[in-house]
Amino acid sequence: MITCFQNYWWLLISVLGAALVFLLFVQGGQTLLPCLGNNENKRLAVNALGRKWELTYTTLVVFGAGFFASFPLFYSTSFGGAWALWMLILFSFVIQAASYEFRRKRGNIYGTGFYDTLLFLNGSLGCILLGVAVGTMIFGAEFNINKVNITDPAAPVISTWVNPLHGLEALTDWRCLLLGFAILFLARMNGAFFLMLSTEGSEAYRAKLRRIASVSGLIFVPLIVLFLIMVLLQPTFVQTPEGFVAREYGYLMNYLELWWAAIALLVGVVCVLVTLFCALVKKPLRYGFWLSGVGTVLVVMSLFGVMGYNSTAFFPSLSDPQSSLTLANSSSSLFTLRTMTWVSAVLPIVIAYIAYVWHSMGRRPINDADLTSEGEY
Amino acid sequence: MTDLIQTIDWSRWQFALTACYHWLFVPLTLGLSVICAVMETIYLKKGRPEKWLKLIKFWMSLFAINFVCGIATGIILEFEFGTNWSNYSWFVGDIFGAPLAIEGLFAFFLEATFVVVMLFGWKRVSPKFHLTATWLTAIGTSLSALWILVANAWMQFPTGMEFNPDTMRNEMTDFWSVALSPVALNKFCHTVMSGWALSGCFVIGVSGWLAAFGKRSDMAIPSVKVAGWVGLIGLVLTMAAGHGSILQVSKSQPMKFAALEGVWTGSTNAELTAVGLLNPDKELNNAEDPFIFKIGAPGVLSWATRGSTDAFIPGIEDIIAGRDTINGLEVNTVSYAERIARGKVALAALAEYGETHSPEALQTLRENYEFFGYGYYDSPSELVPPVGLIYYSYHMMVCGGMYMLLILAIGLFFAYKKQGLLEKKWWGAAAMLALVVSWIVSQSGWICAEVGRQPWVIQDLMPTRAAISAVSPSGVQTTFWAFAIVFTAMLIAEISIMINKIRQVAKK
Repeated sequence: MITCFQNYWWLLISVLGAALVFLLFVQGGQTLLPCLGNNENKRLAVNALGRKWELTYTTLVVFGAGFFASFPLFYSTSFGGAWALWMLILFSFVIQAASYEFRRKRGNIYGTGFYDTLLFLNGSLGCILLGVAVGTMIFGAEFNINKVNITDPAAPVISTWVNPLHGLEALTDWRCLLLGFAILFLARMNGAFFLMLSTEGSEAYRAKLRRIASVSGLIFVPLIVLFLIMVLLQPTFVQTPEGFVAREYGYLMNYLELWWAAIALLVGVVCVLVTLFCALVKKPLRYGFWLSGVGTVLVVMSLFGVMGYNSTAFFPSLSDPQSSLTLANSSSSLFTLRTMTWVSAVLPIVIAYIAYVWHSMGRRPINDADLTSEGEY
Repeated sequence: MTDLIQTIDWSRWQFALTACYHWLFVPLTLGLSVICAVMETIYLKKGRPEKWLKLIKFWMSLFAINFVCGIATGIILEFEFGTNWSNYSWFVGDIFGAPLAIEGLFAFFLEATFVVVMLFGWKRVSPKFHLTATWLTAIGTSLSALWILVANAWMQFPTGMEFNPDTMRNEMTDFWSVALSPVALNKFCHTVMSGWALSGCFVIGVSGWLAAFGKRSDMAIPSVKVAGWVGLIGLVLTMAAGHGSILQVSKSQPMKFAALEGVWTGSTNAELTAVGLLNPDKELNNAEDPFIFKIGAPGVLSWATRGSTDAFIPGIEDIIAGRDTINGLEVNTVSYAERIARGKVALAALAEYGETHSPEALQTLRENYEFFGYGYYDSPSELVPPVGLIYYSYHMMVCGGMYMLLILAIGLFFAYKKQGLLEKKWWGAAAMLALVVSWIVSQSGWICAEVGRQPWVIQDLMPTRAAISAVSPSGVQTTFWAFAIVFTAMLIAEISIMINKIRQVAKK
């Protein structure tokens, strides 16, 4: 019984994670600002992105809170252990929050350039570091879990991180960095597609966006291909009644056994590639942003699928494989998962009103006249 | 052990810093969103006059500047439970995580979606849809406060859960008793309404300056009328819920109650001190007088708390000794020495059960689990919270609240009956003082509520020292200072931008 709820909640975590990676187009868009040339173009882009940044921010918070509610042992182990890495991620998002609102306000003390630098830092570091953090869920991390520790007043901590760098060591793992940079360039590509759809600008501006989307896409593709190869070659830990056992090519085997994850991966890849192809050799698709977005969501969901299902450890421990985390050993109780499942019934309503407002506010692209009459960042 | 203590202290400092900064911005978000929504409702009812639109846009611009600072500081709090309090996240995550996730799903998305319509949708959606979006933003802010306050109330008054020795954590058994606990309802009302009161004082303070020094009575008078009512209603309800809260504290957290009132030794006909100077030499079981000086009303504390001036109010020393008198009968509330002894038995039994799964160990654990958290301590004196900080912050909250009440009531009276007085410089100064006082009151409230719970992170269940992550003290110091610098820089910019906005209006 509890397995059904654990699987359901992993699906919801996957949806939130996938939505987050898609919505990182805001961060990707922020890294494009220095490339957009004159101030008019930048002004349009900032304001289009500025009307969406809170959605990305909120999705990140809910992604974390969802983990806390459904898989608290992961929350306590990863956040409390890879503490330095998560702190860097948090800093990279804290500096974003006030930047849009403050950047052009009179009396902002530090100047517009300062806030734009913060937006660039959030855009680039935010994507890379989140990718690195998720990378530790695939390639493993050094942590031990011993619940009896809580009975020792002198050293009561249950989850301990073996590496003294507390997560920063993942920045030296090229496979984790690969995922980080892949997410950054995917976000840049999606950010450029978003700006094409949401802003009115000169031909030169649109051509520049198209060029940025194409170049970002061309960098993204080899990065993600190499990353996927590394994932498919990676062994996993599988939970059995006798404990954790290693499984060679575990993610590849999961893709073969979980047919829907394989299909999601293929369809997702096709969506992204078609959008990129059109931008490269034909006229960019009018709704390329959405096609690429659907592709992004499908690919990320398929990855989460093979990471967590099939009794696979979604957070493998390299220092003590028996401490690895699976859906079964890290989840909340049946009562809590069941209660939260009732709560999750509100999700379609949330998605519906977000879609309605997105549509109402974005019936036509933003232009200079709108900014003067509607207010601007 | 030294490292452990330092990590605990710095983690506490960091959480206090981020929570205090967060609470600089959140109450204004809570109340100003309602004030903007009321103003926009009037604007639509009056047939959309340009004057009201300008007024609303002015207050919304201040709202937006403040709102983003609340968001910036809020994300840290959400994740800090994991980064700095990882043991806590496991030990009670099964209960505590749920309200946080519900908060995100129900409230954060509502705010994030509709605030964009509120700020940028004037020309893109219909006036009615815009008004709806403004109200939904206000509702979203209150909803987010609801769930985090449910979580906080549960830390003060844990309920609806059971300890599972196999998973070594507490697990939820009754969601509604967590969500609708009387402590949570009172806390929600007290806290959200205090946001209305603070925002009322903010608008009256800014309007006071605009009228007295900026020659903008045309903006100040309607603003004071709306904000005065919102603030006054908020403050009266804050006081009512506050009284309810303090009665609950006297029952479920008697140690906190004794510290709030500065009562070391219990008595009948207990005195309510209005003003007092605590004796810093007073410690547990020494003969020093707790006060150097005080002005109080004899019997009022007994009467207000237990319904009769003859009622006994236990002091810190009585609670430690396990003494109380209810309805004239002496009651043994279990001394702290016994709680510590039984807590150690429970800890040892859990350790044994973890290794051997023996039924005897489980039985011993069950018999003593009630005092499990006490086993982390060696001496009852470790279980006394810092009385001075709690006493002074509580009394500052109460006294400052009275000043807010006075200014809100006088402001409303002037706005309706003596509008010329709003332009007087003395009124401008008094109103601006209320703005400052309201923030001191608001911060003081949280300080006495949270410090009063110490040394527990969850009252009687989990000591703060057992809740931490295995992080080095220098690591937490680094992030503490980093947050301090970033948040202070942001606060300075926020205040500067707000002052500029207000001055721009005054010049016109």
